[in-house]
This record gives sequence, structure tokens and C-alpha cells, in this order.
Amino acid sequence: MADLIAKSPCEGLLPVTIGGISLTEEQPGSMWALAPFKGQEKALGKALEAAHGMAFPAVNRATGKAGSRAVWFGREMALLMGPEPDANLAEHAALTDQSDAWAVVRLEGAGAEDVLARLVPVDLRPHVFKRGHTVRTELKHMMASVTRTGPQAFQIMVFRSMAKTLVHDLKTAMEAVTARG
Amino acid sequence: MRITCPLCGERDRREFYYKGAALVRPAEGEDLDAWHQYVNLRENPAGPLDELWYHEMGCNSWLKVTRNTATHEILAVQLASEAGLGGQK
Repeated sequence: MADLIAKSPCEGLLPVTIGGISLTEEQPGSMWALAPFKGQEKALGKALEAAHGMAFPAVNRATGKAGSRAVWFGREMALLMGPEPDANLAEHAALTDQSDAWAVVRLEGAGAEDVLARLVPVDLRPHVFKRGHTVRTELKHMMASVTRTGPQAFQIMVFRSMAKTLVHDLKTAMEAVTARG
Repeated sequence: MRITCPLCGERDRREFYYKGAALVRPAEGEDLDAWHQYVNLRENPAGPLDELWYHEMGCNSWLKVTRNTATHEILAVQLASEAGLGGQK
């Protein structure tokens, strides 16, 4: 049998550090979209709480912690990142495996907001966009999910096929922000 | 131009995709005239117009947006699913 070698979306592209800002690839584990059936939102919330210890995220919010997160991912949808979804969740929601579909990176350091301000048309400054806040938006014309995971840290996701573009655009913005001194 | 999505909040126009006039879909069994009107005929006002916009880069909701075509002022935004445009509830 062929010996398959797993390759992460940003392999060979990251990590990169420019000035005080670092860009690294995240290995979030499995990623599943949870889309509650009609009228099952509350039941799904309870099942998620019981199985994985986190609430179903409200609009523009993420719950859980590093390694086991639920990120709001669009209308009536959340992305479970980390654990394999408990079988009970399938009674209340459509579950879709998206583990290999997304490139996930972490942008961290002083000035991370300034980098994203060049690429994302949403206000991500810390007094508006706090830890646990998330947005579905665009990043240089790519559909993206941006979540604040720390005081100076963001988790950024785009489709896997756009990983190289994502890294290129983020690097360019990091260089431009750093050059301003 | 910025549109306040009922879910995501105020967002830049570039996150949205434009469809066209938001018309009430004729009921099942309506005559050909009603369907002709729905499919082909459009008002072209220099003023407020109900339109469908899709929050493509955000929450993926269809929105009914009332926009002044002369000034681009956004007068009202509502989820299309709650706007009573017909089709399946």
C-alpha cells in the first residue's frame, strides 16, 4: 500500500517573524461544521455543553479554549475545532468534516492589529474586538474567519487552496507595518 | 457605502454581492401576467428601492436592503427570510 504523507496547508511557508510580529501555522486537529436543524439550536447547545464543555457560540463569538474551540462560522453554523464531535451532536445538527479544508494561522505580536487593518475591512482594535470575538469577513478578497485568541494574537483561517496567498499577503503587510517603525 | 447586516453588524460594501430588486414572489397558480411581471418587469426609481444583497464574505445571509439609488443611502436592512418575499418559509 502507498505510504501517504500528511502535508499541512502552510508547510514550507511558515513560521515567519518580521519585526515583533510572528506568523505561525496552527494545527487545530479536526474541524467540523455544526449546523443545527430547524428548532434544534437549544438542544444542540446542551449536547455540546455536555459532550465538549462549551456553549454554542453566539453570533460573532467563539467559545472554549485553545485545543477545543467552537467558533461562530456563519449564519446558524459553528466550527468545532479540536475534538471529534460526539455522536450525540448528530441528532441535533448536520455535521460536516472540514478538517483538511482550511488553512489556520496565528498572527501574534505588538502591531498585529495594524497588519490586519491593511487587509480586513473590520475594526479589530482591542477595545472593540476582544478575546473570544470572531468575524467572518474578507481578507484581501478571500473569505476568512478571524478570531482573537489573546491580547495580541489572532487566529486567521482561509480556504486551504489559498494558503500561499494568505501567507504572502500577511507577510507583505507585516513588512509594511514593521517598515513604518 | 456600508450595510448593517442584522447578524454581523456594520460592514463594508465589498463583503456583499448584489442580486437585484427584492420582489414578492407570486403565489402558486398565479397567472402568466403575474409571473411576467415578477421575472421581467422592473421599476427603475431615482430614490428608495428594495433590493436583495447577499452577505457573501460574512454570515451568508440574503438581505433585503432598502437603498436610495440616487444617494446610496441605506435606509433599512432586514433578513430576506423574514421579509415576507414568498417562497418556502
